[in-house]
Amino acid sequence: MSEIVLQIDGRDVAVSAGTTVLQAAQQAGIRIPTLCHHEKLEPYGGCRLCMVEVEARGRTSYVVSCLYPVEQGLVVRTRSDKVDMIRRVILEELMAHAPDAPELVRLAREYGADRDRFEKEASFCVLCGLCVRYCAEVKGKHAVGFIDSGAAREIGFVPELAAKECWDCQECFALCPTSYAQAAYLLTEALAFPGRRKAHSRPA
Amino acid sequence: MPRLHSAVELEEFRAGILAARDPARPCIAVCGGAACGGLDSAAVAGAFAAEIGRQGLEARLDLKTTGCHGFCEKGPNVVVSPGDVCYFEVRPEDVPDVVACTLRGEVLDRLLWTCPDTGRKAVHMDEVPFYRHQTRILIGDNPRIDPTRIDDYLALGGYAALAKALFEMSPEQVLDEVKKAQLRGRGGGGFPAGSKWETTRNAPGDEKYVIVNGHEGEPGAFMDRALFTGNPHKVLEGLIIGAYAIGSHRGFVYTRHDSPQLIRHVRTALAQAEECGLLGEDILGSGFGFHVELHFDVGIFVSGESSALMRSIEGHPPEPRPKYIRTSVAGIRDQPSNLNNVETWANVPQIIGRGAAWYAGIGTERSKGTKLVSLSGNVVNGGVAEVPMGTPLRTLVYDIGGGVPSGKALKAVHFGGPMGGSIPASLLDAPLDFDELSRLGAPIGAGGMLVMDEDTDMVEVARYLLDFLTTESCGKCVPCREGMRQSLKILTNITQGRGKDGDLGRLDDLSTVTGLACLCALGRTSADPLKSMLRYFKDEYEGQIAGGGAAK
Ligand SMILES: Cc1cc2nc3c(=O)[nH]c(=O)nc-3n(C[C@H](O)[C@H](O)[C@H](O)COP(=O)(O)O)c2cc1C
Ligand code: SF4
Ligand code: FES
Repeated sequence: MSEIVLQIDGRDVAVSAGTTVLQAAQQAGIRIPTLCHHEKLEPYGGCRLCMVEVEARGRTSYVVSCLYPVEQGLVVRTRSDKVDMIRRVILEELMAHAPDAPELVRLAREYGADRDRFEKEASFCVLCGLCVRYCAEVKGKHAVGFIDSGAAREIGFVPELAAKECWDCQECFALCPTSYAQAAYLLTEALAFPGRRKAHSRPA
Repeated sequence: MPRLHSAVELEEFRAGILAARDPARPCIAVCGGAACGGLDSAAVAGAFAAEIGRQGLEARLDLKTTGCHGFCEKGPNVVVSPGDVCYFEVRPEDVPDVVACTLRGEVLDRLLWTCPDTGRKAVHMDEVPFYRHQTRILIGDNPRIDPTRIDDYLALGGYAALAKALFEMSPEQVLDEVKKAQLRGRGGGGFPAGSKWETTRNAPGDEKYVIVNGHEGEPGAFMDRALFTGNPHKVLEGLIIGAYAIGSHRGFVYTRHDSPQLIRHVRTALAQAEECGLLGEDILGSGFGFHVELHFDVGIFVSGESSALMRSIEGHPPEPRPKYIRTSVAGIRDQPSNLNNVETWANVPQIIGRGAAWYAGIGTERSKGTKLVSLSGNVVNGGVAEVPMGTPLRTLVYDIGGGVPSGKALKAVHFGGPMGGSIPASLLDAPLDFDELSRLGAPIGAGGMLVMDEDTDMVEVARYLLDFLTTESCGKCVPCREGMRQSLKILTNITQGRGKDGDLGRLDDLSTVTGLACLCALGRTSADPLKSMLRYFKDEYEGQIAGGGAAK
């Protein structure tokens, strides 16, 4: 595969074509915050935290690094006033739902986000879709999915599938940035197939 | 209907249609457009048919039901030709009098347009102010066409531009003509159609597709439907010419699932064009083949967005895709796919027929041709208007629209629906121009123009538009879903008198981030109305926050 040289935060980075900007940055040891990204899953581009500033053909734009393909001579800035502002507001938006999620708390400190900026609606889920996509893409089970669209979007376990598939898996719990996946599962379990609690505690 | 094998056969067929028509015989055209239809113009058409039958006038009077005439406010509309005598608010009881007058070569005074100030009457279409200030090169044929009859379109010169393109021009020349005409997309973005066509034409691919975007999801916009339902062949002819220029043999019409009349007319038009050899294999014996499939939206707004629309045609849910690869290069099934709006396609036949120089002579330096505008809101004459680009908004509101009802003052006009913006009355001399209105923060969008009077609460307008979009966001990405959720909460609080310090800063941050960070254009433009409010009506927002709601 042909090699592509781009510049990230002032450093030349050489990667193969087809790499995303996020992967290129990771290879160069430059950290970009992500929430909905996972190596085992198709890039999703939902949380928009990984947004960076790119300059190509004389134009500056803001793109999500987890999806944006590298190109020859691309200039990438992983931090700038605008990038930081985008991340700060996104964190503030997410903390209206999950004010205590550890990763959000850590990033909020880094970007100066105020967890109380927006009216709370503690749903705990940030809709990163990791559980949904992991179940579909890695496990091929579709036991948990998105319900509804827009601001009404939620995740939910399909009781019939969950009763069958989730018992011996529960792998998505560890991916969830807020532990909502587990809570949603337990709720489904309690409502749809009560009395079948697992004796031992959840996998770490 | 005969299958036509050459341009000559097309012209012979057209000559036959014209020869069978007596231009002096009166024709009564009853508008069957959406608004008039809603006022039961079908009963009016039925009454005409009955009266003609009762008096045995079939040989002396023609009758047709047509698409939207434009002046929806005053429907049911009836136009009698020759002379284009306009009757408004026609009821079935009026029919015998209209027939009697028409037979005598007279005009029925009581159904004419009457000037509300002077009481003066207007007889002919070009005397009615609503029409007089327009340039109706796209929609002007509507009152002459029964959309279910290809004959009517052919009688007006239809498909001559297609024959010209196929037999007198190379695909490159057609492309060149569209580029020279500087045609820009009418679906919202104002993107140059010629360069988009060229991208698809030059992109590598086994197959290339051309698509009509007839979704028209913008609330308050109804001109695409008026044009497509009323004159489907015009759009189709444009599409076929575009396919020829781009090198596409397969096209799609993507349109509303909830408009049975539109679907019926487009279906009929496709079948008739195919039967005449204007569509399908070896069009007019030129060797060029092109097939069209009809697809329907799933009733959500975002399905009008290009990548979502193409997902939908592929049979997937219409979720937008990030646009790092353009659909003109990799669209439907990853093949180069050129999407244009209904009105964009409808401009193509006249560009080819009359030439780019003629077309580029209409409009402003960078916005050419005419634009259809749906006039609604606090305006006396609501309806579909067509004006040259560059027309001052004042002409639309006052000369065509008849001004604001009940003598109220104008406060603002809003373009582009939930992804557009509002500008204050003080900017009413701004021209209808893609770039100029974008600069002012009220991009033309698809052409829905909402007129607002002095009583309008601008916080409520932003809240209302956002409320519409909130249910239309797919919810995948954070700045769209959460930006709308939080903005809507803040706006709702303000309108209910619960605004607080810092709300404007919060709205500012939310709309900035939404504009920069969303995945698709729905999200990215969702905060545009709000941005225009903070630009022009900030005082009103501050006032409501300080004063605990709208001062009533
Ligand atoms: C959310 C959203 C909805 C849209 N809806 C429509 C629509 O209903 N009709 C339309 O022609 N374009 C619509 N567009 C614009 C299309 O994406 C596309 O730009 C257009 O159809 C291209 O045609 P044009 O270049 O002829 O304007 C929409 C865009 C967005 C982001
Ligand atoms: S911007 Fe809105 S509609 Fe577009 S992908 Fe994101 S959530 Fe969906
Ligand atoms: S990690 Fe790129 S959008 Fe979430």
